[in-house]
Amino acid sequence: MYPYIPHTDKDVEEMLKKLGLNDIEELFSDIPEDVKLNRELNLPKSKSELEVRNRLTELANKNCSLSKVTSFLGAGAYEHYIPSVVNHIISRSEFYTAYTPYQPEISQGTLQYIFEFQTLISELTGMDVANASLYDGGTAVVEAALMSCAYSKRDNIIISKTVKPDARTILKTYAHAQNLNVIEVGIDEGVTDLDELSNLVNENTAAVIVQSPNFFGIIEDLEKISEITHKVKKTTLIASVDPISLGILKKPGDLGVDVAVGEGQSLGIPLSFGGPYLGFMAAKKEYIRKMPGRIVGQTEDMDGKRSFVLTLTAREQHIRREKATSNICSNQGLNSLAATVYMVTLGKKGIREVALKSAQMAHYAYDELTKSGKAKPLFNKPFFIEFALKTDKPTEEINQKLLENGIIGGYDLSKEYPQYENSSLYAVTEVRKKEEIDKLKGVLEAIL
Amino acid sequence: MRNYDKLIFEISKPGRIGYKLPELDIEEKPIESLIPEELLNKEELNLPEVSEVDVIRHYTNLSNKNYGVDTGFYPLGSCTMKYNPKINEDMARLDGFANIHPYQPLSCVQGSLELMYELQNYLCEISGMDQITLQPAAGAHGELTGVMLIKAYHESRNDTKRNKIIVPDSAHGTNPATAAMAGYDIIEVKSTKEGLVDLDQLREAVGEDTAGLMLTNPNTLGLFDKGIKEIAKIVHDAGGLLYYDGANANAILGYARPGDMGFDVVHFNLHKTFSTPHGGGGPGSGPVGVKKDLVPFLPVPIVKKDNDKFYLDYDYPQSIGKMKDFYGHFGILVRAYTYILSMGSDGLKKASQMAVLNANYLKEHLKEDYYLPIDTVYKHEFVLGGLKDSLSEVITLDVAKRLLDYGYHPPTVYFPLIINEALMIEPTETESKETLDEFIEAMKKIAKEAKENPELLKTAPHNTVVRRPNEVKAARDIIVKYEG
Repeated sequence: MYPYIPHTDKDVEEMLKKLGLNDIEELFSDIPEDVKLNRELNLPKSKSELEVRNRLTELANKNCSLSKVTSFLGAGAYEHYIPSVVNHIISRSEFYTAYTPYQPEISQGTLQYIFEFQTLISELTGMDVANASLYDGGTAVVEAALMSCAYSKRDNIIISKTVKPDARTILKTYAHAQNLNVIEVGIDEGVTDLDELSNLVNENTAAVIVQSPNFFGIIEDLEKISEITHKVKKTTLIASVDPISLGILKKPGDLGVDVAVGEGQSLGIPLSFGGPYLGFMAAKKEYIRKMPGRIVGQTEDMDGKRSFVLTLTAREQHIRREKATSNICSNQGLNSLAATVYMVTLGKKGIREVALKSAQMAHYAYDELTKSGKAKPLFNKPFFIEFALKTDKPTEEINQKLLENGIIGGYDLSKEYPQYENSSLYAVTEVRKKEEIDKLKGVLEAIL
Repeated sequence: MRNYDKLIFEISKPGRIGYKLPELDIEEKPIESLIPEELLNKEELNLPEVSEVDVIRHYTNLSNKNYGVDTGFYPLGSCTMKYNPKINEDMARLDGFANIHPYQPLSCVQGSLELMYELQNYLCEISGMDQITLQPAAGAHGELTGVMLIKAYHESRNDTKRNKIIVPDSAHGTNPATAAMAGYDIIEVKSTKEGLVDLDQLREAVGEDTAGLMLTNPNTLGLFDKGIKEIAKIVHDAGGLLYYDGANANAILGYARPGDMGFDVVHFNLHKTFSTPHGGGGPGSGPVGVKKDLVPFLPVPIVKKDNDKFYLDYDYPQSIGKMKDFYGHFGILVRAYTYILSMGSDGLKKASQMAVLNANYLKEHLKEDYYLPIDTVYKHEFVLGGLKDSLSEVITLDVAKRLLDYGYHPPTVYFPLIINEALMIEPTETESKETLDEFIEAMKKIAKEAKENPELLKTAPHNTVVRRPNEVKAARDIIVKYEG
């Protein structure tokens, strides 16, 4: 017997009898012999819950959890404090064991939190509309780019090299399949080279894509980039933003951005070795009918009661098939719930406080680490919570020594940007303490 | 509290907070001295101000308006709404899995990599494929990955005239949408009256422009396509490749493998076959398996083992690139791995047996009152064509809405498109005979009501918190955020 399969032998017998069969194998007689496996799968045999738990615990213990080491990694995934309420709400099985809300009568819980999520993301980004979420920050960039091509009926996508490398790789992967052109803009002192950008934008440009704070943690001049982008009509400015940064930084919607996307992991989602995370997309209203993914709308039921439904579904694959705006037929459901609970729990004051405290700690770390001159700033530009340092030694060697001291050092920039050798990217959030930063400084200076 | 009807914004009160952060242990500087003033937002955010108690009550009340697998029977065809084991959730939340950063040094993440490596191997064995990528985020994302792999394969051979993907008319909408997203034109082939791929039509459809065929087997009707070897031969002889949509894999675990049927690429939905929760729409996970000819094109990285050490292999010069950030939905992979360990080879096979038994048992009972267009042995699901000899104007939608009153999540309706008034029913293996018998009884009562009191069905549901929300109005008077 198996705990998730309730059939007794007697049940099986009675059910087969109803079917006029004697043996369960007869139900598989429609599979031709020459495609039948006719042997057992070469997998371990079933195990008890205790044995499974022991095996998984053994594997988990082979990792260095961030509760046991001090990490300065960011590069697109950040360690922010997650209030207990988040896990409690997403652990309610009425939420996590539900399907996509196709039956609105018994899905008002899911539909309403998505409506709240859309509202919160619209507010943070200063945009008119937001969708119900996408897979992650990288694919959100790509979906926005594809949307801009459909919107403008153009094929050229310009993306800054200061956008995180994964997003650019995913963009190239998708663009190749659709015969779209990806043009990368170079870096000038840690930010997008605006002269080069200006030369590249023309009437074939569907979109300009930047990230702010960019991959190096530096805040880009979105206003200026908007000016350059919008000298050609119907060209879309897409900005990938850190939602926590919007606790203190100007909203993309106020800076001329047409589509704001980003990684929502910072909003109450555990690091979990890279996923599942949460892509978000918010846009000016003229994009709504070209948007990918689910959108929830408010309406009334038969009795005039406020209710919520999936709306504008004529964009989607189950209606439009090959003419759909995207093949996406899910959202990050439960992770958008986590982000919703995080955003309302932190609320008006909290998101700002997390942003402020993270920025304070990061700037303290920057000042301390660069004070002696052994580690030098790679760029000298305003940053939010992440900054790049250059030393005389390879990052790998430094990080190995830091690890011996219980510290996970910065992200090795030379992996994706060979021109920045011996450089690493340090991220500092509100969870870091002064003593941890001081220890990093001490160990680092002893190495250098 | 079923009548609770507030939005979180409507319970906000200036001055309330729901959190507390530690005081800074460094000297606080004016923010304008750290970040130039012109970059800063001077205005307060218009976000809610609520207490922790408000948050918990609000979302608990919302959860009460939801229906999940833990609430009751969820026979949603093609979605495999099986029970989501609780240990899966606990394991994904282990400190050593939940609190690790994707860029930690490899020596710090050996446990994660070992899990991924073993899961890759398990899925290879289950599918009969040579290599797996765990990167895709969902089923549709797996499809897109797979079709891009097919494209990369043809391109590597300079076989660039292949611009068409063949899809049966019973296919899920994602198949054509995916193929279009990968830059292909779609050719649809009709099904035979037995619900299988029409081989003559297929022979006519294939040619020098065929890039591939996308298929589920068992198909969306729940029927195993016996002609699969011949289908594979026709497509392969024309130079195309076969894509297996794993949506229906729950029917054949341990019985048949897409790799042995002749498929070149396959995706699994971990949130269907391998019991990870649907989460109200996600996150799912859609690993893709390929035969060896397609291995060079896989997205990077792939988890490999060198002696006792696990590592991320980026050395795939012909790779299509990357499909998403980092390495995939790791938290979902932990759950699926946990499930496979729990069930083992014996339990997975048993799951398919009971899933198929349950579907056929339901079919045998329900065909007495509902129209069964194709009366044969089904696999894990079957499709009814609405009420039998219905004299009233009652349609499938009304039956579905009435089921809500009886406390069930309705089946998938109006899909597949080739069956009129379709009701697609997939019970899964985790439902007991008692649950099925009660559902049969409800369906029979509804059939009776349709004859005796059709108005009861036309105006259903009667017991839910809202009743048939107006979708036309939602799409016309667009309100997609709270405006106060």
